[in-house]
Amino acid sequence: MLHEKELTTFVDGTTNFFAVAAQQAASIGSPYLLEEALALHEYSGLIDVSGKRQGVVCFTAPKAMLAVLLMKMQETDFSHETMRDLVGEVANTISGNARRAFGGDFLISVPNVLSGETQSIAPRPGTRSFIIPINWRSHSAKLIVSLS
Amino acid sequence: MNGTAKRDFKLLIVDDSNIVRRRIERSQEFEELRLVGTAGNGAEALELFSRTDPDVVTMDLTMPEMDGIECIGHMVAMKPSVRILVISALADKATAVEAMERGANGFLNKPFTDRQLNEAIAELLR
Repeated sequence: MLHEKELTTFVDGTTNFFAVAAQQAASIGSPYLLEEALALHEYSGLIDVSGKRQGVVCFTAPKAMLAVLLMKMQETDFSHETMRDLVGEVANTISGNARRAFGGDFLISVPNVLSGETQSIAPRPGTRSFIIPINWRSHSAKLIVSLS
Repeated sequence: MNGTAKRDFKLLIVDDSNIVRRRIERSQEFEELRLVGTAGNGAEALELFSRTDPDVVTMDLTMPEMDGIECIGHMVAMKPSVRILVISALADKATAVEAMERGANGFLNKPFTDRQLNEAIAELLR
């Protein structure tokens, strides 16, 4: 089951993403256990994990945060499709970077993207799930890591 | 004409993210690189590869339909002289080694800065 110590790689990956891609560091809050269904923000990128570990990594963020992030990345297209693309890419990058710690048996899917205001994520059987709060500029997002 | 004219290289960008494709196109600073196409998955990339005959390819690894590792193998078989820079979030050493064994010439981890991208391309063109 996912151990608190293993969250370090996801925290580092998230910090690195904002520092490099947006040239502005994010502050990461204390992770806490996901014990019941959690409402997601407007856009969420989900990466299914298989191989040695099973589960999902989900980056969920509000539209306003993604718009600023796109601006910081010199992007000029702020369409719905680009927002979807961005949450998928953030989730993919953080999950892919985690292979530095978990190794090549940490297999990740291409991103599945959810959008809309009625989505939620619940703890999966056989996994332990943590929520990692992400604060960037005046915005808040979350990384949910749910792994066997 | 003089003897110092630079050679032009045809560039193909492969990544399933539009944002990343545009970012690479926008950030690369090499006058000798001429973009001939962009692709969002390995199958589309191979089709474009055979149609446009690029000299340089930037290649994502995690993509739908056909992943980058398989795509590299096909491209190198078709054109052994092609120079391929893998640009991927996959950060384990084994993946980088596998990509190089298939024929990639460089590896850049996501996320990357403009400077890192240009240094990696410069190394590729050397």
